[in-house]
Amino acid sequence: MGRFVLRRSLFSLFSLFGLLVLVFFLSRLTGDPAALYLPVDAPESVRQAFREARGLDAPLLAQFGDFLVNLVQFDFGDSLRRQRPAFDVVIEAFPWTLALAGITMALVLVAAIVLGALAAMKVGGIFDRISSVISLTAASAPDFWIALMAIFIFAVALGWVPTSGTGTPWHWILPIGVLFVRPFGLILQVVRSSMITALSSAYVKTARAKGVRQRAITFVHALRNAMLPVITVAGDQAAGLLNGAVVVETVFGFPGIGKLMIDSILQRDFAVVLAAIMLTSLAIFLMNLLIDLTYAFLDPRIRY
Amino acid sequence: MTQSIGPATGTADETPTRPPGLLSLLLADKFATAAVVFLTLVVFSAVFGPALLGDAASKVAFRGRNIAPFQFEHGWLMILGSDSLGRSILARIVVAAQNTMLVAFLTVVSAGLIGGTLGLIAGYSRKLMSDVILRLADVIMSFPSLLLAVIVLYMLEPAVGNLVLVLAITRIPIYLRTTRAEVLEIRERMFVQAAKVMGASNMRITFVHILPMVLPTLLTIATLDFAFVMLAESSLSFLGIGIQPPEITWGLMVAQGRPYMNQAWWLSFWPGLTIVLTTMSLNLLSNWLRTVLDPTQRWRLEQRKEAANG
Repeated sequence: MGRFVLRRSLFSLFSLFGLLVLVFFLSRLTGDPAALYLPVDAPESVRQAFREARGLDAPLLAQFGDFLVNLVQFDFGDSLRRQRPAFDVVIEAFPWTLALAGITMALVLVAAIVLGALAAMKVGGIFDRISSVISLTAASAPDFWIALMAIFIFAVALGWVPTSGTGTPWHWILPIGVLFVRPFGLILQVVRSSMITALSSAYVKTARAKGVRQRAITFVHALRNAMLPVITVAGDQAAGLLNGAVVVETVFGFPGIGKLMIDSILQRDFAVVLAAIMLTSLAIFLMNLLIDLTYAFLDPRIRY
Repeated sequence: MTQSIGPATGTADETPTRPPGLLSLLLADKFATAAVVFLTLVVFSAVFGPALLGDAASKVAFRGRNIAPFQFEHGWLMILGSDSLGRSILARIVVAAQNTMLVAFLTVVSAGLIGGTLGLIAGYSRKLMSDVILRLADVIMSFPSLLLAVIVLYMLEPAVGNLVLVLAITRIPIYLRTTRAEVLEIRERMFVQAAKVMGASNMRITFVHILPMVLPTLLTIATLDFAFVMLAESSLSFLGIGIQPPEITWGLMVAQGRPYMNQAWWLSFWPGLTIVLTTMSLNLLSNWLRTVLDPTQRWRLEQRKEAANG
């Protein structure tokens, strides 16, 4: 297993490096930060000084060389906008996204597993119909629209929760609620179909013949074996959330990675963009590794 | 000799009754029918909307700003209310259908063609070629799509064509992987072996023998992906890096209504609802297509049809 972890890490290191190089060169194509940060009538000498102070005047390949040397030390340079190390800016935003994604995924998994298992127990029954309506709606509604409507209903009209920002636990309810919708609809379907397969297998018949109660069969015998595809899809969805729930974070003014990323891209704050991509890729890599190890834990037949 | 190996085309005569046609199968499914009717309406709006209601959609009337919906004294065009410049929301939704549909349609077609072709090649060629293509897909999938959108749309201008370019690139891996997986399975079947023995070229085997088998799957995915692309386009427009005013799409309309959320909820509500109904119809249609195009599942629908008749 040690060899498996090592090989995966090396492979991911290569692709992460390739990604950073690609982003480095492509993001330089989006325009000159001096044009964005200085007044329109700033003289050329001031512009030149601005570029020199930030190392933007050097040839692109020289900039790239500096970038590589600093990368090894986790130094991405200073954020243009915030005048402090880009890595610090990203590290501050990251816990917010991590907490948001973590809480959302935990709620999604619990709700989807319970409802999905109930739906699978009786195909065509009431829970099955409820869950197929939920899945269809969740796959069809754009998240920014759900967010706006949720703000209008729960914050403006009813006044139960604040519209945006952070501070109290109340501020977290709407962002989590909106982020919940899509993964819930998707994972619900996966749980349902995977549970239907598991419930028709031989070991479930054996358990039933032995006189095990239906609830124990569903939630102990079948569930554990139905979890593999569920975890795969849940991992995909969690990776999406870690990459920054851009739209939801923007609408709710939530200081996470997604909002930081889109702001930095629009402000040509290359250092922050690179640092953010590096950190989220690292987090997603760790999560995928964890998922692969969970497979082996859930199914003893899987060995690396 | 060859006839016994070739595809069985004349089997319809051997069965006692003709299988029901696609149309009657569709009419037997209420939800699929409703979906098709709604999508026809949307396509009609997309094609003829700008010609019919283009003037009404851009007519500014400051005295009639933010009229609430369902007030009949302002005429039927204002039935869904008016926006912050007094323009009819209904007319704007109908006109915006063109850009929204155009972007999604072109994206799905180009991503499907490129991804499908690459998938066929990756599935049927030697290991090296297939590896190169698959790694390409990996790179695309790990590149932050938002950043790609900003890079392309800043270097070029945020017009329909460039938006399609960005969205199509991000969607190629889906078609590529699905097609490849299907081809890997199909290429081992007997009829491919037979074609190979009879001396068919690789090109011929891939496009004449394998492609028709993959097409139903691709079609189902494309329908589903159409909905996904629509949502992605509206997200980009919502964030301000997609289609730019005065051009309109449904996503952009939702974004434009956002500052007025407190006084006029209908500015964002109707275009959003249109998106939901359209994507929902596409999802329903895709489900139905998957069942109809799969011979092992089609009997379910045919049975349901018979039950409804008898």
